[in-house]
Amino acid sequence: MGYKIDEYLRQDKLPHIWCPGCGHGTIMGNLIRGIDKANLDPDKTVVVSGIGCSGRASGYMNFDTLHTTHGRAIAFATGIKLANPKLNVIVITGDGDGAAIGGNHLIHGARRNIDLTVVLMNNHIYGMTSGQFSPMTPTGDNATTTPYGNIDQNFDLAGLTKASGASFIARGTAYNTRQLIEIFAEGLLHTGFSFIEAISQCPVNYGRRNGLSSAVDMLKCQRDSSVNIRKWDSLSEEEKKGKFPTGVLYKEDKREYTEMYQEIIDSVQEEAK
Amino acid sequence: MSKKGKVKITHPERCKGCEICVMYCPTDVLVVKKGQITITDIDNCVGCYNCELSCPDFVLEVVENNER
Repeated sequence: MGYKIDEYLRQDKLPHIWCPGCGHGTIMGNLIRGIDKANLDPDKTVVVSGIGCSGRASGYMNFDTLHTTHGRAIAFATGIKLANPKLNVIVITGDGDGAAIGGNHLIHGARRNIDLTVVLMNNHIYGMTSGQFSPMTPTGDNATTTPYGNIDQNFDLAGLTKASGASFIARGTAYNTRQLIEIFAEGLLHTGFSFIEAISQCPVNYGRRNGLSSAVDMLKCQRDSSVNIRKWDSLSEEEKKGKFPTGVLYKEDKREYTEMYQEIIDSVQEEAK
Repeated sequence: MSKKGKVKITHPERCKGCEICVMYCPTDVLVVKKGQITITDIDNCVGCYNCELSCPDFVLEVVENNER
């Protein structure tokens, strides 16, 4: 405890533009606490974000930051990491930015197992543009573009990134702040593609249209529907309905992309001598 | 958990009155009045850090000595 969070925030950019009760502030704050806990050197840490509510985070965090085009944060981050593999590169993206327009970058970042930490703030909606449904809007829920209920299935992002080759996959909620800090710290220290889905709440553009108009009600919903992965396997199929597991869902030691790339550079340079 | 720590409203100008900290506080120390967070009785604060960790607007901090 006793994190000095103010040192990591650009004070002149605050208060932030996120709506009252938005979970993005909580998640960003606990990402900073995770960075502090993992003891990363702020001068060697780069934060890259895309477009949308989540994309604003890079502007508030006092690191070397890059606010990129829609969905392309992982592509820019891949470039940064390849150019200077010593940097800790963190990507902050959202469910619209990372799972829709940037979905392919997410898959291929995971496939390469490049050493990035991708934090996907999942608020189940396109919040900034007033609430169009995203690939993470649950089936049946309302959005401005699904006034009669969403008939699409939503992604299982943990399953998607696992199948694509990510070597660290975790999920946390804005409700469980202490777990979130632990997950972020562990993901940041993992070498390889770390994917962390952070469930956020959007009371204004998602909750309001789905019977949950206050942030407090949405957080209670997160509390009631999340189950720690340690307990998850002991639940029956009936008990799992409407719930999701949180914690570190998958972790493996696997060869990392920039290390392999450096080996090729070294061997080619050796041959050329 | 620090027994010495007490909550302090370090950045009141950032508060948006979302009441998330009020939900987390186990001893009802925090109350939103006219859209702004206020401390009712600081003596009841147990320094659990729940409010500091959950505040989306970085308004609250648990400090060693808060006389308020």
